Amino acid sequence: MAIEIDLNRVYMPSEDVVARVIENEIIIVPLVSGIGDMEDEIYTLNETGRSIWEKLDGKKKLKDVVSELASEFDSPLQKIEKDVIGFVQEVIKRKMLVGK
Amino acid sequence: MGKDHYVIKQYTRKSNPWQDKPNFLNHLSIELTERCNNDCIHCCINLHEDDVEAKKKELSTDQIKKVFSEAASMGCLKVTVTGGEPLLRNDFAELYLFARKLGLKVLLFTNATLINHDLVELFKQIPPLVEIEVTVYGMEKDSYEGVTRKKGSFEQAWRGIQLLQENKIPFVVKSVALPHNRKDLTRFKKWAAGIPWMAGQEPESYKYFGLRLRRDNFKKNALIQELRARPEEIAEESVRTKETYHKALKQFSSAFFKPTADKLFSCHGGLNGGCVDAYGNFQLCILLRHPDTVYDLKQGSLREGYETYLPRIRKIKATNPAYLNRCGACFLSNICQQCPGMSWIEHGDLDTPVDYICAITHTQARYLGIIGDTEKAWEVCDWEARISKFENQIKVNPVDIHNGSTQCRRDK
Repeated sequence: MAIEIDLNRVYMPSEDVVARVIENEIIIVPLVSGIGDMEDEIYTLNETGRSIWEKLDGKKKLKDVVSELASEFDSPLQKIEKDVIGFVQEVIKRKMLVGK
Repeated sequence: MGKDHYVIKQYTRKSNPWQDKPNFLNHLSIELTERCNNDCIHCCINLHEDDVEAKKKELSTDQIKKVFSEAASMGCLKVTVTGGEPLLRNDFAELYLFARKLGLKVLLFTNATLINHDLVELFKQIPPLVEIEVTVYGMEKDSYEGVTRKKGSFEQAWRGIQLLQENKIPFVVKSVALPHNRKDLTRFKKWAAGIPWMAGQEPESYKYFGLRLRRDNFKKNALIQELRARPEEIAEESVRTKETYHKALKQFSSAFFKPTADKLFSCHGGLNGGCVDAYGNFQLCILLRHPDTVYDLKQGSLREGYETYLPRIRKIKATNPAYLNRCGACFLSNICQQCPGMSWIEHGDLDTPVDYICAITHTQARYLGIIGDTEKAWEVCDWEARISKFENQIKVNPVDIHNGSTQCRRDK
């Protein structure tokens, strides 16, 4: 079942992971037990995921993240919103992101 | 929209996706201390655990944190934390947590004697992301403490190992093959096979022991020389299953079987990582501590050391005629462990051939049929034909190779 995402909510990287930048890629390294399905692996984000992750600073509401991305990318607002919700659902499921 | 397509799992256990990027620091080893609570008969580095002078010289907590931070900023994914016994440092937990919070995996080398409930809890909550490596010196008290020369170390180590096992903290084991624990080897292997994280791999049991890395104890060096395996034993071990050995050799093209002339650094030392000793010296590898080849991190940065200093060291050429006439002319360099680090610990320079290493390599080559019983590889002129023949042979049938080459001498 898909996780309910509230566009009026603020989301931020979980303290249970460490996000690093290596060679312009965002690397997510588990910090505590129980992250991911293999604890000894690390994760990267695809280009879309990276663009969204960089804006999840724990200050902006998700709807503002969508607006900012819409002003930066030549893509329909609906498509951007769908991507943002899809991404946030996935990283919450992976315990990499939490709602504030 | 596909499921889970924003997040990509990277399998970094065996290789690093970024390791070929220029100036990328793939791995870093750091010795937190040279002190150890054991006094192993074969050890090339240990100092007494209460060595006040050594302790005084060690990097401080903040200095080690700075090294970790710099390493992470250079892309490092994994730090190997070793010693001496790294758990002797009172600040180990703080340093471990700091490294993990930087997003570094931490590979811990330990004798397990100081593993306690607090550490186990820490590893449970914040896993190292790579199996702890425990060296096991014996399965019985007499054999174990015959090696460690420390009363009570057997019980301490096995209590530590038991704590890891009970709490399912991933660890693997390795050992050293010494006369004192030889009788335990079969039992050790059988026990190791039951450790889930060994994943069916036979544990390593080292037979070759390097001399003192600091060239600080010639009496102990004499003992180490007595304890280390004969070249024949090491050669036999490395070619124990001929098929496996040939398979490994097949991965080398004939391009690697060639004399290296005055090139000293044919290894990967300093190319995508390096080692920091307990006092802040940045080295190409764990062996090479010649004062002219180490970079003082207390006076500069890890980046400067890695990007500027180590590449300069790698350019040093051999000048010793003994090296140039032997190692420089020898076609077996890719199966030989001769290196500046070995020359340093055995002779105190970078380019004196190490007879022990040479003997091992020649024994291996004879076993494989590449050279004859009395031949010296640096005197073999038709080495290209021999390697070609060897390569063809292992492609067709990995069995004994007849060596019909004639011996000739290089012009000196």
